[in-house]
Amino acid sequence: MSTATTLRKGPDINGFFGHFGGRFVAETLMPLVLELQEEYARARNSKEFVDEMDALRRDFVGRKSPLYLAERLTEQLGGAKVYLKREDLLHTGAHKINNCLGQILLAKRMGKTRIIAETGAGMHGVATATVAARFGMECVVYMGSVDIHRQQPNVQRMRLLGAKVIPVTSGAGTLKDAMNDALRDWVTNVADTFYIIGTVAGPHPYPAMVRDFQSIIGEETREQIIEREGRLPDTLVACVGGGSNALGLFHPFLDDKSVAMVGVEAAGEGLDKRHAASLKGGTPGILHGNRTFLLQSADGQIQDAHSISAGLDYPGIGPEHAWLNEIGRVSYAAITDDEALEAFHTLCRIEGIIPALETAHAIAYVMKVAPTLPEDHLIVINLSGRGDKDMSTVLAAMDASAENAEKNAGKAVKGEA
Amino acid sequence: MSASRIDRCFEALRQQDCAALVTFVTAGYPDYRHSLEILKGLPEAGADIIELGMPFTDPMADGVPIQLASQRALAGGHNTTKTLQMVREFREHNQHTPIVLMGYYNPIYCYGVERFLNDAAASGVDGMIVVDLPPEHDDELCVPAREAGIHFIRLATPTTDAARLPGVLVNTSGFLYYVSSTGVTGSVAPTAEKVEKELARIRQHTNLPVAVGFGIRTAPQAERIARFADAVVVGSALVECIANADTEAQGRDDVLSLTQELSVAVREARTTLNVS
Repeated sequence: MSTATTLRKGPDINGFFGHFGGRFVAETLMPLVLELQEEYARARNSKEFVDEMDALRRDFVGRKSPLYLAERLTEQLGGAKVYLKREDLLHTGAHKINNCLGQILLAKRMGKTRIIAETGAGMHGVATATVAARFGMECVVYMGSVDIHRQQPNVQRMRLLGAKVIPVTSGAGTLKDAMNDALRDWVTNVADTFYIIGTVAGPHPYPAMVRDFQSIIGEETREQIIEREGRLPDTLVACVGGGSNALGLFHPFLDDKSVAMVGVEAAGEGLDKRHAASLKGGTPGILHGNRTFLLQSADGQIQDAHSISAGLDYPGIGPEHAWLNEIGRVSYAAITDDEALEAFHTLCRIEGIIPALETAHAIAYVMKVAPTLPEDHLIVINLSGRGDKDMSTVLAAMDASAENAEKNAGKAVKGEA
Repeated sequence: MSASRIDRCFEALRQQDCAALVTFVTAGYPDYRHSLEILKGLPEAGADIIELGMPFTDPMADGVPIQLASQRALAGGHNTTKTLQMVREFREHNQHTPIVLMGYYNPIYCYGVERFLNDAAASGVDGMIVVDLPPEHDDELCVPAREAGIHFIRLATPTTDAARLPGVLVNTSGFLYYVSSTGVTGSVAPTAEKVEKELARIRQHTNLPVAVGFGIRTAPQAERIARFADAVVVGSALVECIANADTEAQGRDDVLSLTQELSVAVREARTTLNVS
C-alpha cells in the first residue's frame, strides 16, 4: 500500500482546504447544496455519466485542445521554451465550457429544468447559455451593468443562444454583484433551478467540482508534454481571478514536486491602487459561501475589485488557491493592466493569436521571467480564452494611449519653443 | 444573564396568550442618530423584540429595500463597532426589550469572534442570527455565542425537511425563526394556512417559540400569522418607511406608527379569533 501523501485529496467532508472553503450559505440553500454533493459523488462513479461527458467533450467541445509550442515567442524572449495550452480553441472560445458541460449533466440528472449563472466577462455566461441550449433548458444569466456595457459581443451571443441576460445594478455592477443576485434567484427558486457557478468558488462542493471538471486541462497537458518532450514541464503558469483555469491546469501536477506553478492575479492599476489581487492584497474572510482571501475593509466590508479584464475583477479567489498559497505549493504573482495589454499585443503580433485579456496576464508574467531561465526550461501557459470579446476594451486603451502620446508630443514641442 | 430577556419576553406574552411582534431595522439607517431614535422608540410603539440588522456590502439573502439600507448605512460610515455602540446607548434607557443582531458572518469574523461576543454581551445583545452560518459550522460562532450567554437563533425554511430539522435545532436557543417562503427578505407574502401546517410540523420537534417572518408587511397579514405563531417578524416594510419618507424625521415617525399598527394587530389577533 502506498503511503505517499497527496495534495489532491481535498477538501475534507465539510468542504475545507485547510481552514479555507466550507459551506457558508443560507439555510434555504443547504439542503440543495447537500443534495448536489451527493449527486456529484454518485455521478463521478457512474460509467454512464463519464462516457456521456467524454463523448461531449470530444464531439461538442472539441477536445483535446492542442499543446502548442510558441516558437516565435520563445525566440523573442530568448530563454525558456514556452508552450501554450490552447483552451481558446474550444467551442465558445474558453475553458469555461469544460465546467458548464459537467454541471449541466448534473442538473439533468437532478431533474432541474432551469439554469442560472453569473458572469463577468461573459465567457461563463456564453458557455452556460450554450449548454442550456444544447440540453433544452431555460437559462438566466446575471451580469453586472458595467460588464454588460464593456462585453457587448458576449451579451449578444448569450441572447442568440436563447438566454435571458439580467443586468445587475446593485453595488459596483460587476461580477461580485452578479453573483449576489444569482444567489438571491437561487434562494427564491430552489425547487427547479440549478446554479452553474463559473469558478472554483462558492459553497462546497462547487470549488472541488469545478476543479475536477477543469482538471482535464492538466491531464491532457501532462500527456501532451511527455509525448513532445519526454518529461514533465518545469513551470505551469495561468491567470487567476476565481482561479478555475489555473486549478484545472495545476491540479493533476500538484504531487509532482519538480513542477513549479504560478498563478497570476490582476494588479490592475498597481497593488497600492485599484486592483483585483485577492491573495497579494487581501485578507481572509467569508463571501459567497466560502472562506477565502478577499479584498475587504478592516470592518469586513467587501471592496470593489478592478482589472482591465472583466473576467478577473472579482474580490475573492477560490479557497483551494488560498490554501495552496498558504502551504507554499503554488506561488502567486500580480500583473498590472498595462503589462497585460503589452503582452496582449505581443501575442497578437508574433504568434497570430489574440488572447483573452485574462490570459494576457499569464503571458505578461512569462515575458518577464522566461528570459532569465535556461533554454531547456519548459513553461506551459494555459491560454484560457480568446480575446474577441475584449476588442472594445483594447481598442479604447489604444485610443487613450495614442491621445496621451499626442498630448505629450504637443507638450514637448511647446517646451522646445 | 442577558440572554434570559428573550425567555422572559416569551413567557410574559404566553401568559397573556399573545404573540410577540419582532421588528427589524437596519443599524445606521438612515443615519446613526435617527437609527438610534428609532431603536429607542420601538418598544413604546409596541415592538416586543428588536432585530437590529448589521449592514454588510453583500447581503445575499436580502431583498432590495434591505440591500439599499445597508449600502446607505455603510456609506454614512456605519460599522460593527457603531452597531454595538447603538445597543449600549439603547440599554441605558431600556433593560427589558430583547435585542437580536442579524447579519452575515464576515463582519463578525473580521471583528474577531471572541472579541465580538465579549463586546456584544457587554453591550446588552441577547441573541444573534447569522444568515450564512448553517449548523454544519456551529463550532465557528454558534457554540461560542451560547457559551458567552448569547442566544443563537437559527432559521428554518420550507426546504428544511424532517430529516434536517433536528440538526438545525440542536444548538438553537431563544426562538426558532421560520422563514415562511423561499426567497429573499420582503418577497412574497406567505399563505397563512400553509405556514400554520408547517409550524405544526416544526412543533413536533421543539418546544422553542417559533417566529414567522419574510414577506409580512401589513397589519392584517401580521394578525393572521399571530393567531398561531409565537412571534411575527416584520422588516422590509419598516425599512421602506424610511426609504419612502421625505425627511429622516418623517421616516422615523412612519416606522414607529407602522409598528404601532402592527402591534395592535398582533395583540388582538387571538382575541379577534376567540370572538369570531
